[in-house]
Amino acid sequence: MSKKLKKLLRRIGIGALLYLLAILVPYIIPNLNENIELGLFLFAYFVIGGEIVKAAVKNIGHGQIFDENFLMSIATIGAFLIGEYPEAVAVMLFYQVGEWFQSYAVGKSRKSIAELMDIRPDYANVIRGGNTEEVSPEDVVIGETILVKPGERIPLDGTVTKGSSSLDTMALTGESIPRDVAQGEEIISGCVNLSGVLEVKVNKVYGESTVARILELVENAGSKKSEAEHFITKFARYYTPVVVICAVLLAFVPPLILGGGFTTWIYRALSFLVISCPCALVISIPLSFFGGLGGASRAGILVKGSNYLEALSDAEIVVMDKTGTLTKGTFAVTKIVPAKGITEGELLENAAYAESYSNHPISQSLLTAYHYAIDKSLISDVEEIAGHGVCAVYNGSRIYAGNSKWMEKQQIQAQTAEEIGTIVHVARDKDYLGYVVIADEIKADAKQAIDGLKAAGMNKIIMLTGDQKKTADSVAGELGIAEVYYELLPKDKVDRVEELLGNKSEKGKLIFVGDGMNDAPVLARADIGIAMGGLGSDAAIEAADVVIMTDEPSKIAKAIQISKRTLIIVKQNIVFAIGVKVLILLLAAVGIATMWAAVFADVGVAVIAILNAMRAMRAK
Amino acid sequence: MKKTYILEDLDCAHCAAEIETAVGKLEGVKSSTVTLLTQKLVIDVDETEAAGITKEIRKIVKKFEPDVEVVEK
Repeated sequence: MSKKLKKLLRRIGIGALLYLLAILVPYIIPNLNENIELGLFLFAYFVIGGEIVKAAVKNIGHGQIFDENFLMSIATIGAFLIGEYPEAVAVMLFYQVGEWFQSYAVGKSRKSIAELMDIRPDYANVIRGGNTEEVSPEDVVIGETILVKPGERIPLDGTVTKGSSSLDTMALTGESIPRDVAQGEEIISGCVNLSGVLEVKVNKVYGESTVARILELVENAGSKKSEAEHFITKFARYYTPVVVICAVLLAFVPPLILGGGFTTWIYRALSFLVISCPCALVISIPLSFFGGLGGASRAGILVKGSNYLEALSDAEIVVMDKTGTLTKGTFAVTKIVPAKGITEGELLENAAYAESYSNHPISQSLLTAYHYAIDKSLISDVEEIAGHGVCAVYNGSRIYAGNSKWMEKQQIQAQTAEEIGTIVHVARDKDYLGYVVIADEIKADAKQAIDGLKAAGMNKIIMLTGDQKKTADSVAGELGIAEVYYELLPKDKVDRVEELLGNKSEKGKLIFVGDGMNDAPVLARADIGIAMGGLGSDAAIEAADVVIMTDEPSKIAKAIQISKRTLIIVKQNIVFAIGVKVLILLLAAVGIATMWAAVFADVGVAVIAILNAMRAMRAK
Repeated sequence: MKKTYILEDLDCAHCAAEIETAVGKLEGVKSSTVTLLTQKLVIDVDETEAAGITKEIRKIVKKFEPDVEVVEK
């Protein structure tokens, strides 16, 4: 709690006691002079709201007549003038309680959102001249070595030069499984070191490190305002003057036309002034968006502005790149088809040994699939024929591995493969052993991603790829994507997206999802560009409007879901706040609602709206 | 050029909007955004006007919210 808030709380406490005293005294001392009673109420009033009156007087000097201090002062002083002493003090008391609660809630939510994104490292242990020194991360230069102990946050991006450990990337990616790192690997600031001691050679200064970039991005996200926020600002600009003018009319016109006492109508008019502040709206709408942005970043989704979070809820078309988005973009063994009498292990072993001298991506994926270490002393006479394959002597037999042309050349009868991808046939001497399929793998959650998008109401999901038809169709078929465009050059992708943008409904938004590497122009052209695997990729963070920190496409549906939830909360707040205010205004005009109800319409509504806004933060 | 200020203890949404509008009308200021939740004022100002702008901003903030402290970042 800030000093200002503590002071206000004390003031409210003392004021409330004095107010109670002013109410009770006439019961204890009957026939009390009315002026003494008024004096007691006035004393309580100034203790509670003296500051407000002072600020009001000062602000009139600045020409601010629709300022809330001024309106509250007029409303309460007016109540005194028509003899409603207890109500005058009560209105001021509850107004102050409301103000206090509002400030407290905003401060609290600001803090909890900040905690949500608390990835800022406090210090770095830098090794200088053989000693470790604890310095601010800003003071470490490129090329220096830092020491990261278990439990510490990695302060700067760099390469591990000594040690191995596992890292908790939860705060950055929302991923709960730790990531293992070893010597020679790149690590990213903001993660928490869990087990071993690491020595890290720094390769980026703090300002350019991942953690600083993410923090900057999140902090600036609130300044890109949404339509809803613009609407509220505009609404507030007209709302207060209109209500004040109505209050003035209400005070003087009906008594002149209908006759009767001014007091009744002035009382109603004063209630209007109490309701005239648009605070509930002005504060709860940005707060809802901020909460939504915070909740999304905890799930590993960085949204670069409230406007994008808002736009996501209107998503209609989702265009996805294939490689790197739906598939891993790396080659791996996807199928092993041994010939009769041969085991999968035997086939893979022979393939891996034959290819072990090559550093082609295909051989690498065979070695990865084989798992065991290769004993190079068992191989000899390796020969590689470009465009065909390899042959090598392993365990005394000649092994051939390569494409079907290679098999034909050796006059080996190879099986015909129907699978999509690169096929490696393997033979031992003249015996055919079978074939191995190597292909780009579909990501584990890709199917779930597409199903999630369909469940979120996206009925137009389109896949774009530079790959050939056969591969494209197979991936799309497996994932259940109906519309596919293949063999596209980067420029063709832009054209496709342009075409789709022309065909969508006016309000609907087009999302493009890519890996941020080669698709910057498309990401920029789409209504919302989403880049995958942002962790560690500057290009992706730069180019997109929304960055998914992990490689999981299922987060796209999650982002849409968070956006929709936030927008529901925003709409609830708008309807609730305006609804209650208008209702109480109407009731006050006809004399049903008292000033007590008016205070509720002002501060009660604001508090409820703020509490509702905080729900946006809790992404499920 | 871009300039960022922290408005310490700013907690009134209405005042935030007033400050944003008033700062935006200052000579040489191309854009002005106040974010209540981060208590930040970000402006884009002409180089030629940048020197005296902080003083002008302090004046505006004092007018709307006398308790708020302006810290240049």
